[in-house]
Amino acid sequence: MKAPSASPSAPVTSPPRSRLRSLALPALLFVALAILPLAALAASAGYVLDLFTRVMIFSVAALSVDLLIGYAALVTFGQAAFVGIGAYAVGILSSHGITDALVALPVAMTAAGLFALLTGIVCLRTKGVYFIMITLAFGQMAFFTASSLAPYGGDDGLTLADRNTLAGLALFGRPLVFYYVVLAVLIASYALCRSLVASRFGRVLRGTKENALRMTTLGFRVYRFQLVAYVIAGMLSGLAGFLLANATEFVSPAYMSWQRSGELIIMVLLGGIGTLHGAIVGAAAFLLLEEWLAGFTEHWKMIFGPLLVLVVVFVRGGLIGIAAALGRAVARRFGRG
Amino acid sequence: MSTTLLIVQILNGLQLGVLLFLIAAGLTLVFGVMDFINLAHGVQYMLGAYLAVAFYGLTGSFFAALVLALAAALVFGLLLEVLVFRHLYGRDHLDHVIATFGIILFLNSAVKLVWGAAPLSLPVPEALSGSVALAPGLLYPVWRLVIIGSGLAVALLLYVLVSRTRIGMLVRAGATNAEMVGALGVDIRRLFSLVFGFGAMLAGFAGIMIAPILSVEPGMGDTILILAFVVIVIGGIGSIRGAFVAALLIGLVDTLGRSFSVDILRLFMASSTARTVGPALASMLIYLLMAVVLYVRPTGLFPAKGR
Repeated sequence: MKAPSASPSAPVTSPPRSRLRSLALPALLFVALAILPLAALAASAGYVLDLFTRVMIFSVAALSVDLLIGYAALVTFGQAAFVGIGAYAVGILSSHGITDALVALPVAMTAAGLFALLTGIVCLRTKGVYFIMITLAFGQMAFFTASSLAPYGGDDGLTLADRNTLAGLALFGRPLVFYYVVLAVLIASYALCRSLVASRFGRVLRGTKENALRMTTLGFRVYRFQLVAYVIAGMLSGLAGFLLANATEFVSPAYMSWQRSGELIIMVLLGGIGTLHGAIVGAAAFLLLEEWLAGFTEHWKMIFGPLLVLVVVFVRGGLIGIAAALGRAVARRFGRG
Repeated sequence: MSTTLLIVQILNGLQLGVLLFLIAAGLTLVFGVMDFINLAHGVQYMLGAYLAVAFYGLTGSFFAALVLALAAALVFGLLLEVLVFRHLYGRDHLDHVIATFGIILFLNSAVKLVWGAAPLSLPVPEALSGSVALAPGLLYPVWRLVIIGSGLAVALLLYVLVSRTRIGMLVRAGATNAEMVGALGVDIRRLFSLVFGFGAMLAGFAGIMIAPILSVEPGMGDTILILAFVVIVIGGIGSIRGAFVAALLIGLVDTLGRSFSVDILRLFMASSTARTVGPALASMLIYLLMAVVLYVRPTGLFPAKGR
């Protein structure tokens, strides 16, 4: 295997200045998320804290989707299955009296990773539309399997007795502590994805996104790189599932439904694909929009559906793209190229 | 496990297979000709069922409802094509997925708004209700036989249409190279609309035919859509013959798996374990089948030529 010398299509390293700028937005996001509880507590709105905990949990799952779709052109339509597997790991362990995160977290991530490995071996042999549909089908397989798990609640799901403990300490039970734990996980996941994407591994992935045949000809075993990416994304989603089970203290097959997988893709698309922080922006936009629209009418999906169609037809690059375009327009207006 | 039960379940499997074929045929045609993934195909099936219930309420006759609902399904399919899908041809598959997902959200919710969330039902037409004795002691509902028969008839019709008529020739040519067909002076947009409308009508037809035996409810199209995907992936996307073979295969495997998995597993393990493992295994069966097929042949059993 030999690394390509300076490929013209993908900039290998960015100049420091633009690199600094590209980190400014994510940093701003994380700072905002970090000071949000203070504002929420001042307004004594506990539900805001819960809402944003949810936003951050789905952000972790959306990050994994962006890693696959945005950087490896693997359009996965079954990512919710991994979230569900992570959640079920917590639920099943807890129903057997094992409630410590030190056990539940590794089990959740390993189970999700293993499922990703086994299904990835088959899925990645296919391309394009076949890949979309086969990931969708495996997602449904996980969904129906969970629904038929009679000892663990079947269709109705499973209620946790309590949140996980961390080394015996009931830390997750306190909303504020749990919020910062989730924030820390989100930042760590983001940092992991960012460094993955910038690494040689990530450059190979982006190369396959541009042109898989070219990368194969250059001597890369594309399949292996994609499989590793698929497993990493699966484990990240498993991690999100672990957090989700703890946040809701409930586990259900609905976490794995294909609509959930679709929503994860929408989050990424809404925020801006292939940017990583777009996944976070998108998850926030999606969940807040859902919350807001659902406040008007129970038929909020009648508004949301057409909105989605319009976004696809007319908007390129998601919210991040719009913001960047606006920024450029303003810069031009004031004559700073 | 008696012979009678086995025959009944095989017939049930055929009926599911035929239903899946009606849906998968439209899906695979639309994909084959316009390279378009239509997730909203499932809601067109749901809409067919709802329209049949609505028109039955107005006219009181199943056959009038059938004709009216078919026409409405066709019109609705064409409307969707003009309003949304037409703007997305040639775009990334991801865009298709998201836009049609938006349509699903809209229609599932709209149906709830118009007809309510509670399941509706449609009576079996008087003349075709009841059961018929296929053999001594083997009763089978006539309506299910009608579904099997009409599905096979549609399959035959499609075969003749695609392989023996001028339109069919254009459809096959379009599936191989749509741009070239356009360059040869064929109005490709009209061909696309036609194929799309026809596919929507087939899905609507499936919905109408199944309405008397299933409850008509929001979201009923979503489950069947995934099964239809499994069918066209196994059959080879774009191939009608593949869709037919795979639909029957999936219908039979799924139905027989669900009815006999516990009994078969009981031969190998304790009966309480079999009762737990059986249903889980049965629901995974078709996906495992798909995994095996795709592992051996990544483009399905009958890959359409030219792609």
